[in-house]
Amino acid sequence: MTPADTLRFATRAATGYPLRTALMVLAMSIGVAAVVVLTALGDGARRYVVNEFSALGSNLVIVLPGRTATGGLGLGNLITSTPRDLTVRDAEALLRAPLVNRMAPLSVGNSEIAWGGRLREAMVVGTSGDYVDIRAFHMAEGSFLPREDLGRASAVAVLGTKVREELFGGEPAIGRMVRVGDRRLRVIGVLGKTGQGLGMNTDELVFVPVATAQAMFNTNNLFRIIVEARSREAIGPAKQQLEHIMRLRREGELDVTLITQDAVLGTFDRILGALTMAVAGIAAISLAVAGILVMNVMLVAVTQRTAEIGLLKALGATGHNIRLAFLTEAALLSLAGAITGFALGHLGAWGLRIAFPVLPAWPPDWAVFAGIGTALATGILFGVMPARRAARLDPVQALSRR
Amino acid sequence: MAQIELSGIERVFKLGDSEVHALHELSVSIERGEYVAVMGPSGSGKSTLLNLLGLLDRPNAGTYRLEGRDVTTLSPDEQAEVRRTRIGFVFQSFHLVPRLTAAENIALPLMLAGIAPAERHARVAQALKDFGLETRASHRPDELSGGQRQRVAIARATIMRPAVILADEPTGNLDRSTGQDVTHLLEELNASGVTLIVVTHDPVMGGRARRRLMMEDGRLLQDVREPTPA
Repeated sequence: MTPADTLRFATRAATGYPLRTALMVLAMSIGVAAVVVLTALGDGARRYVVNEFSALGSNLVIVLPGRTATGGLGLGNLITSTPRDLTVRDAEALLRAPLVNRMAPLSVGNSEIAWGGRLREAMVVGTSGDYVDIRAFHMAEGSFLPREDLGRASAVAVLGTKVREELFGGEPAIGRMVRVGDRRLRVIGVLGKTGQGLGMNTDELVFVPVATAQAMFNTNNLFRIIVEARSREAIGPAKQQLEHIMRLRREGELDVTLITQDAVLGTFDRILGALTMAVAGIAAISLAVAGILVMNVMLVAVTQRTAEIGLLKALGATGHNIRLAFLTEAALLSLAGAITGFALGHLGAWGLRIAFPVLPAWPPDWAVFAGIGTALATGILFGVMPARRAARLDPVQALSRR
Repeated sequence: MAQIELSGIERVFKLGDSEVHALHELSVSIERGEYVAVMGPSGSGKSTLLNLLGLLDRPNAGTYRLEGRDVTTLSPDEQAEVRRTRIGFVFQSFHLVPRLTAAENIALPLMLAGIAPAERHARVAQALKDFGLETRASHRPDELSGGQRQRVAIARATIMRPAVILADEPTGNLDRSTGQDVTHLLEELNASGVTLIVVTHDPVMGGRARRRLMMEDGRLLQDVREPTPA
């Protein structure tokens, strides 16, 4: 029997029982479609989070005060054991690192903003003129904080969209004097709509020069320093330079924590990657079930076609011929199921993308290959046993069955 | 040398604790081109004999020589090869594959033998013509009459030009006139030189054979030969 004949014979056998074949293909395709859709969902979630983080700005190193570390007796902790505050002078010093492009200090506090009889609670962020570039914000009106000496407490403010709308409504805001806390500041700009970032809704913030904020809240502390490295590759070395500078300023003790955006991103990437794998694993169980179904269907086929197998043997078919024919049939069923499932899965992923436009629900290539591969492998694996049973049938008994 | 030589054949089936001697000390030789009817009551071992002759079953003892070759010791694959090339089967219940057309059923042995499609088509077309089935080529078995089904089965049995045709009650499922047609068809094949061995209950059909093997309880009771009409 030539391979082409085996294939044709198996195809005729599969199409000869349309209902059985359709059900079989359906079961297998549901398994494959589940893998495709669920991994699309998982990977879509991963990509969504990664994109959100990238929107934060690129190549960032975030410096925060304090450090969780286990230390022994050293020069540093002999002199001091409590972490020192992060100051504007520290922030200026960080700019000396050669791989650092830009820097913005952050000082944060809650206050109220008032204009024309309206009063609103708002989070006030003291920063510098470079912050707008680091975060890649765009201005709706006016300009951002001036680039000036960090010690200068200019009486100006930049509003988030929401704050501007709530206070001024349709009236022009630029040039108006607002009261923030106990100070009167001139509005010099309004930010465009940005949305969520770093856990704060930028649209509801009021930006003032860092010195203004520190005077307002009567503190020298900085909440964070955000540093932008020259390139993505420079993030690691830049972090070391920053640590070196901080150490020099603290008599050898490093009492700040440096977080790179990559590290945060990497963590999320890993968590959501693992989630995708887990979901794919669950979907793979349905494939295994489909595989057992293939075995069951093929065993029924062997029983149904006992007389036919006996006849083929009488006509001179070898055990090998019969084994191959049944195995080919199982493989064909699995292949049809895998292809149908692939199509169904992509349809499902497309549906997800329509339903949730923010979610880039594309199934990853590895999942598609793994899904189809597993379908074929289980189909053929579970087809072996029925095929062997068919090949071992005793022709005399097989023929006597009607 | 006889075409088929059976000597001292034993075939024992185990049914629970008891042993049934389906064939006992059976020795027969059949010449090329003979027309043999195997007759006897049911359970006499005639079907077992036919299965042995067709290499579908193996004897527990004794030797079976087909065309001078001891075929009882062959491997299953070698036996399949012998079945494919030297033996044609015709069954009482036709045993056509229901999902295949008449032409495809006839082509099955050619396909199993791995013969190229072009030659296959030519030989099947010739067989359809020889057996008067041209108009039925693309019909499935359930669209054929009983006589047509058996003709398809005989066409399939002869497509590989076997040396021996083994027919197990070939007219058992047919009415009288179509049964006679099928009998004539088989006899024509025999006249062309093919050895024909028929298992039958029917004394009329048995009476047509030139040689009758009467069996009972797994033994050969009588071996009746009619003098060949000169």
